[in-house]
Amino acid sequence: MLDFPRWKVVGIWLVIVTLVSLSIPSFLPERYTQGWGITPPRVNLGLDLAGGSYLLLEADTNDVAASRVEQMREQVQTEMRRQDPRIEIGEISSRGGKLSFLLRDPSQVDAARERLLSITGSGAGMTGQREWDIQVVDSSRFVLTPTSAGLTQAVNSAMDLATEVVRRRIDELGTREPTIIRQGNNRIVVQVPGLQNPQALKDLLGKTAKLEFKLVDVNADPAQLAKGQAPAGSQVLPYPNNPGGLPLIAVKRSAIITGDMLSDARQEFDPQTNAPQVSITFDGQGGRRFARVTRENVNKPFAIILDNSVISAPNINEPILGGRAAINGGFTVESANQLAIALRSGKLPVDLRIVEESTVGPDLGADSIRAGILASAVAVALVVAFMLVTYGRFGVYANLAVVINVFIILGVLALINGTLTLPGIAGFVLTIGTAVDANVLINERIREERRRGRNVVQAVELGYKEASRTIFEANVTHAISGVIMFVLGSGPVKGFAVVLLIGIATSVFTAVLFTRMLVAQYLRRAKPKTITI
Amino acid sequence: MKLLKLVPDDTNIDFVRLRGLAFGLTLLLSVLALGITFYKGLNFGVDFEGGLMIEERFAQKPDLDRVREVVDRQGVGEAQLQTFGDPRTITIRLPVQQGGNEGATNAAVKKVEAALGQAFPGAEFRRYSTVSGKVSGELIRNGALAVVLAILGIGLFAIFRFEWQFGVSTIVAIVHDLLMTLGFFAITQFEFDLNIVAAVLTIIGYSINDKIVIDDRIRENMRRYRRMEMREIINLSVNETLPRTVMTSVTILLALFALLFLGGHVLRGFTAAMILGILVGTYSSIYVSSSLLITLGLRAEPGAADERPRGAIDQAERVGPRG
Repeated sequence: MLDFPRWKVVGIWLVIVTLVSLSIPSFLPERYTQGWGITPPRVNLGLDLAGGSYLLLEADTNDVAASRVEQMREQVQTEMRRQDPRIEIGEISSRGGKLSFLLRDPSQVDAARERLLSITGSGAGMTGQREWDIQVVDSSRFVLTPTSAGLTQAVNSAMDLATEVVRRRIDELGTREPTIIRQGNNRIVVQVPGLQNPQALKDLLGKTAKLEFKLVDVNADPAQLAKGQAPAGSQVLPYPNNPGGLPLIAVKRSAIITGDMLSDARQEFDPQTNAPQVSITFDGQGGRRFARVTRENVNKPFAIILDNSVISAPNINEPILGGRAAINGGFTVESANQLAIALRSGKLPVDLRIVEESTVGPDLGADSIRAGILASAVAVALVVAFMLVTYGRFGVYANLAVVINVFIILGVLALINGTLTLPGIAGFVLTIGTAVDANVLINERIREERRRGRNVVQAVELGYKEASRTIFEANVTHAISGVIMFVLGSGPVKGFAVVLLIGIATSVFTAVLFTRMLVAQYLRRAKPKTITI
Repeated sequence: MKLLKLVPDDTNIDFVRLRGLAFGLTLLLSVLALGITFYKGLNFGVDFEGGLMIEERFAQKPDLDRVREVVDRQGVGEAQLQTFGDPRTITIRLPVQQGGNEGATNAAVKKVEAALGQAFPGAEFRRYSTVSGKVSGELIRNGALAVVLAILGIGLFAIFRFEWQFGVSTIVAIVHDLLMTLGFFAITQFEFDLNIVAAVLTIIGYSINDKIVIDDRIRENMRRYRRMEMREIINLSVNETLPRTVMTSVTILLALFALLFLGGHVLRGFTAAMILGILVGTYSSIYVSSSLLITLGLRAEPGAADERPRGAIDQAERVGPRG
């Protein structure tokens, strides 16, 4: 046991030097490491230390289901009209999560089913599962019900898209290193360190940014409109800033332009009034459509609709051919800019709600780091002093192991690109206290064996051998609770568990292997007849 | 150099004889802790209860009643104020806002901040967090699940490595530690949040650590002194490991007290829970879990040949210190 071959000694020192040096970049301000050519690994600071915002966004899966049925409704309507012969349908309804409609001519059932299959997928898709169940009731009524497999897939793809949109919007804010992760079935975790104004972020994420241009239905009867009723083919939408009185307006159901026909959106100022506005540029298809519709509807108003609420309803004075338009509507520079960002990044396929949020001001983070470093330093000093007066030379070895262990934990944390949180610092301080436990076990055992009358070498050998088994068992149980914390914990608790788990692994290396080497070297060199322990 | 020894060599305390007393006391305290927890309830943090928490730091120690008055005037529900440590830093707790959407919550945060900034010049925002009722339910579930899984996992490990009695006695001692911690939080009404669950899991980890060390020694001594009576073996083992038990507890406590006084107020509840847990865990290691082994009927393997016939305690290798 006291026999340490040269390669083993070299190996142990090599591991220590490597891991300790990995911790060094984390202590240097970033500007020092920038010129190195490579990006050295460093420990990331959690939001509670760096300051910043954590948001947990949740999508309502019912919304996804509802909008899917709505989409299917539009698809069915166009599909039935598209080909010859036209299939006339009526009594179309999308209530209760189902789509149902009536065929005017029951003899067209087979043809209609054929066309439905072409838009709902024949079931030979990626998953091989049907996304819609098609039923025929009373020989002429079709009922389309989304299957749960189809719904799951729809939620999945909506969430993937939503995550992407959220990422684009946050990138537009120009924040540093945001983390955006999909979590579970219908959630997105957003972490933005060092953010000064979380309000802007939340406003931005709260917008669905579904933009539509629709013609205003000028024939709607104002009395009917006040009751929320619109003529066939039209719908009533809220219009909070209507200069003409009612906060409601009737518009045609079919949209001229939708948000996906944009190629750009910018905040600008209205050349006449100097008020902030959002100017948008259409893509090729959008530009052509807008030109055609405005040419056919000169002197009629159209509505600019954002998230199902009308922002403004300008008159078409002349055909708009340049593929550009501006949205006016009582914006501030900031709100216009936000809308421009939201439009550029695309519409969210589903509404997101903030179900959990925490924001830490940068001052508190800085205070916490200072307090954490101070507490760690004092903890190390106390433990080191205590070990020294208790175990003398063997205490020095244990202390060396503890101090090296602190840096190794940091090094490993940097290597795995881990995040240090405030509870993580607590984990550190605890690890300092417990890493010496292994040495306490060993040293107490050596004391005991000496009292039993064993000579120095035997006592040390037995001490390490007997204690190692105990240390292994104690660490395994400890690791069990660490792993459970890591798996089930969220945010800060995970940060604590990571440091704890790394500490358990590295302390076995430093407290057992490393100190054994030091003790062995001492015994071989000095050949002491007796030891003070 | 004369070295420090917290525990003198060769203690011979009859812990097993004290077990009647210890069990009684432990049972009493556990029942009391459970009763207090149910009676007074825990002061759950926003993570577990849902709602809104705003932390503000004031230029000087503010009058709490005035702060409450300013917040109450905003019509955002009944405010709970807390200070812990730094008297200038105040935590304001508000219930989940009506309407339940982020708009209402944002508005409430803004209103409170603006009002406080106006009433108390120099007041600055430190942090805030909001948790919806749905998420808080999940966090409670996950927290409880983590604790139960940790206890079961470790108990299983103890049964697998040792005898079943070790597993059972360990679990009993852990449940005791857990109840004490809960009772502590019920009495002090310190905020019980997600971080405290981490503290509880760590307490479980360390407490078991302690017990494993003693159990390990009991097993070793059972093999060494096959004729010795169980109560002698347990007394011997607890006494032999006593210096280590005390040393380790003291080093961890040293580190934790540094954290308690210097680590900032955010971690204070967490650290207080750990300190209590270490104390309680050490007690239950020494007095509860090992003595329970006798009650559970742990016996040395019967019929096994005894390699050392002189295995009585007075003949055991417990020689005095060498000069």
